[in-house]
Amino acid sequence: MLKKNIFATSAGIIAVGAIIGILAPMLQKLGNPGNMGVCVACFGRDIAGALGLHRAEGVQYLRPEILGFVLGAFLAALAVGEFRPRGGSAPLARFLLGMCAMIGALVFLGCPWRVILRLAGGDGNAIFGFLGLAVGIGIGCLFFKSGYSLGRSVKESTGIGLLMPVVIIGLLALRLTFPPVADQAKSGVLFYSLKGPGAQYAPLVASLSVGLVVGVLAQRSRFCTMGALRDLFLFRHWHLFSGVLALLVIAWAVNMALGQFKPGFTNQPVAHTQTFWNFAGMTVAGLAFALAGGCPGRQLFMSGEGDGDAAIFVFGMLAGAAFAHNFGLAGSPAGIGPYGVAAVIVTLSICLFIGLTNIRKVGS
Amino acid sequence: MTERVDARGLSCPQPVLMAISKMRELDSGEIEVLVDNATSKENVTRAGQKSGWQLAEIKEEGEEYRLLFKRA
Repeated sequence: MLKKNIFATSAGIIAVGAIIGILAPMLQKLGNPGNMGVCVACFGRDIAGALGLHRAEGVQYLRPEILGFVLGAFLAALAVGEFRPRGGSAPLARFLLGMCAMIGALVFLGCPWRVILRLAGGDGNAIFGFLGLAVGIGIGCLFFKSGYSLGRSVKESTGIGLLMPVVIIGLLALRLTFPPVADQAKSGVLFYSLKGPGAQYAPLVASLSVGLVVGVLAQRSRFCTMGALRDLFLFRHWHLFSGVLALLVIAWAVNMALGQFKPGFTNQPVAHTQTFWNFAGMTVAGLAFALAGGCPGRQLFMSGEGDGDAAIFVFGMLAGAAFAHNFGLAGSPAGIGPYGVAAVIVTLSICLFIGLTNIRKVGS
Repeated sequence: MTERVDARGLSCPQPVLMAISKMRELDSGEIEVLVDNATSKENVTRAGQKSGWQLAEIKEEGEEYRLLFKRA
């Protein structure tokens, strides 16, 4: 008889959403940017900046939360025998989907997790981000109903599966070796923001601890913001969505308690008010996440479980973040970037191309 | 006769889509679904039960799971 995974029950997924809903606003209180307790897109962009993959001075910080996500999921998977190295399912397509997802998310300024956190903080612009996300995932569901598949993955060696956790440990070693130095934009090989969102961060111990806890909980519960909407659209299953709802409600309550709830559209932290592009950016991101089989958080957790395809997507996101800032594709509080419109058109076209050219009968 | 759905190596939501499709096609009988990760095992189990099929047996064989669903 197999042991029951209590985290994957209805109560379990709601509890996990609620715990993330408590921890994320707490990180904001401890120093992370507004409505950005945890954001995989923003933090991925900050990591790309810290590594010098782009040189946007305001968004450079090697975010420990992201490292914790992967390592927490890795440890949890190892502990329960779910560390299963696998990969080989259309890696280039997954890399490009990761790039497109990140670019779309940075036009909006946030991943699906931040859509929820922005809503919980009173940012009305996130309503359009959420609608875009839903439309993008809805388009992805149409592809799945038509037989879309990136093909089967195959089992890989333990050494291959360990590569992603090893890379993450390497990044953690860099962060520990080259900590931020007051008023210095560089510490060893790492870049640090002196102002802007990249200069706002919770203490290392808090960030890393929350990352590890969320990594463990999300690995066990399979928490996925994209899957929440996808399963609702495809199967009328509320399971994952109940976790996302718990995150929204609890984060809102914690924001109220901490005085962080500020309803409105203008002057929201790290956000712009260009409604259509908020919608369109997240449409691209939602479609890319759907076609790749997981929201950015879930991709990080799966990469910790030994899923090389998810790891490829994560590296695609890092590359996407670099392009987004090097090419002026990313939004800012002033509005979308100078090439933001082109970015949406090109990334949407790439996602549709991947979707349309991978409709097949996988059979049973 | 037991019908078989091989969803090994496929990521969400494909194992669930394949299992539900087979369940709708047969309406009753026995279906064996093969998956190779715990997430798919849980998702297919949940979907099968919601579709009115009884999960008669779960077997773990190495890194694979065999889920046997039945409906009279």
